[in-house]
Amino acid sequence: MTQEAPKKEFWRWKEYNWHDENIDPRAGGIISAGVDVGSVSSQAVIMVDGKLFAFASMRTGSDSPDSARNAMKWALEGASISIDDINFIVGTGYGRVNVPMAHKAITEIACHARGANYMYGPTVRTILDMGGQDCKAIQCDERGKVTNFLMNDKCAAGTGRGMEVFANLLQIPIEDVGDMSFKVDEEPDPVSSTCVVFAKTEAAGLLRQGWGKNMVLAAYSSAMSHRVFTLIERLGVTPEFAITGGIAKNSGVVRRLEAELGMKALKSDIDSQIAGALGAALFGKALYEKKLKKAKK
Amino acid sequence: MITAGMDLGSKTVKVVIIKDGEVVARAKLLSGFEQEVTAGEVMETALSEAGIKPEQIDNIVATGAGRAYAPFAKGTITEVGAAARGAYARYPSARTVLDIGAEEGRAIITSGDGKVKDFAINEKCAAGSGTFIESMARALEITIEDFGPLALTSDKAVPMNAQCAVFAESEVVSLLHSRISKKDIARAVCDAIASRIISMARRVSIEPDVVLMGGMAFNSGFVRSLERTLEEMKINVLDYPEFVPAEGAAWVAVDRATGKGIVESHD
Amino acid sequence: MIANYGYMDGSGDYYITIDTDKCIDCETHDCLAACPKDMFLIEEDDYDDEVALIKQEFRKKVKYECSECKPMNDRPKLPCVVACPPGAIRHSW
Repeated sequence: MTQEAPKKEFWRWKEYNWHDENIDPRAGGIISAGVDVGSVSSQAVIMVDGKLFAFASMRTGSDSPDSARNAMKWALEGASISIDDINFIVGTGYGRVNVPMAHKAITEIACHARGANYMYGPTVRTILDMGGQDCKAIQCDERGKVTNFLMNDKCAAGTGRGMEVFANLLQIPIEDVGDMSFKVDEEPDPVSSTCVVFAKTEAAGLLRQGWGKNMVLAAYSSAMSHRVFTLIERLGVTPEFAITGGIAKNSGVVRRLEAELGMKALKSDIDSQIAGALGAALFGKALYEKKLKKAKK
Repeated sequence: MITAGMDLGSKTVKVVIIKDGEVVARAKLLSGFEQEVTAGEVMETALSEAGIKPEQIDNIVATGAGRAYAPFAKGTITEVGAAARGAYARYPSARTVLDIGAEEGRAIITSGDGKVKDFAINEKCAAGSGTFIESMARALEITIEDFGPLALTSDKAVPMNAQCAVFAESEVVSLLHSRISKKDIARAVCDAIASRIISMARRVSIEPDVVLMGGMAFNSGFVRSLERTLEEMKINVLDYPEFVPAEGAAWVAVDRATGKGIVESHD
Repeated sequence: MIANYGYMDGSGDYYITIDTDKCIDCETHDCLAACPKDMFLIEEDDYDDEVALIKQEFRKKVKYECSECKPMNDRPKLPCVVACPPGAIRHSW
């Protein structure tokens, strides 16, 4: 668990909660929930009979159990039910073993695939999740079951943190990074170093040679999109394809990646940040039904 | 006989001149934008230090990443070949040569006559090089020079989880927040990089005597961490550790001029 | 499921791949004893199948942990790969 001195957040996420007024959670359906405690943000999702009913997304604090509790509490706010009304809760994310109210912990890989299957529909086969401190590529079947995955949480290249290092170097607000990277006369060659530390040295050299900030950003954004491209390529890119996580909101990386893949990412009305918690809630429903079946026998 | 070795590295250019079996001059400069020009300047400095005229030199061999563009050079040798030859000249009983510089780490096993038997390289990732220490020194707000001595004063092993230099910087900050002392963190950083270097070296086997060269040889804390990782096997730090490849190249120049050396370069 | 444990960094790609569909029917779990670093674990996965995985604490340093089984020259077959009866284990490097 890393904790940093307060500084400007790079990913453009906001803390908020939401619930669907048209769903009556007291109508007798199965109520399941998923809590995703990530390294940067935590989400809680509540579903009623497998339909998205409420969710909350907030910053992960220094303590995983507290972050889980807070996210859950906020998702329940105004939802006219209490935590005791929830039949089954699944914890996921890197802090999944520290979700105190969870009945079961499931990996974020499985939850992401299942959540993406709900958000983007059964045609989604390849999911790229680009987070603040890691990157995951997942392939799944039409039911959202994982068939192939790999992740990278060892190296900062291809993660939000890598982009943050560049935003700091160039003294650019992180929310402007995507748009600025396209304001160049000609697309430059990508930065050649993969390692973020060496790439930063390389970029500092380019600035000294008189390169503009936009050009340097373009060179890094294309290096980063190529990085995640090679990650997906290891699995093989089977259409259709979706991007989740904080970097999904960075057009500088997403558009370059789409160009390299020759494929557009699927869109959804649901905030891609809740994919993991959503999948966890769906697992929760299935697990509760299994439990009921067993009890009947 | 007078020969010169030039090492055109990513950060600095070094020249060593050997006259009748003795080093008579060492010079170095930051590479700058035009490495070839810098190389010429370093050569001039070394020559004037030794009081030797250019035409007196019998042979010049270049090494380092920029060796192909070295002015005056009559031949080249790989960095690995030059390091092994230089280590042999300095420390004839050396079998394992660890060369840990700013951007690369290498482990070379030599055959006992200064030739390379096998080698492993850690490159293109800051976690296995001196750059890792530089980043952590920044996070700890101490100088590179103070890093080693400070680490030496610690008697506590604190584990570090992050492997990447970027993530490790955050981990160092978070260790500071949880009131772990700077000396213990400095040691944890040295231990972490030593363990990676030794893992790499095990791919070529580690045989005594072990010698250390490259910029990281200046870091006493790192040297101690290497010894601990190797269960107290002695690490022999070479003098002028950053000049060893240039010196090795100068020796290769001698070998080739006397018909003893491998004339073809490894690349 | 094809599970890839490891990472990519500037120096290369380091993944240990486990084909869990092959792993499911294995009864001997010889990988556990074969690995000198004790990196494998048999556990129920998210779909209730009992399969092998690489323990969390090793996933970010497989390049280093595996180095002794991978000498630069005359590389023998990897003990984990040889020991696995269904042939479910592969290394990317």
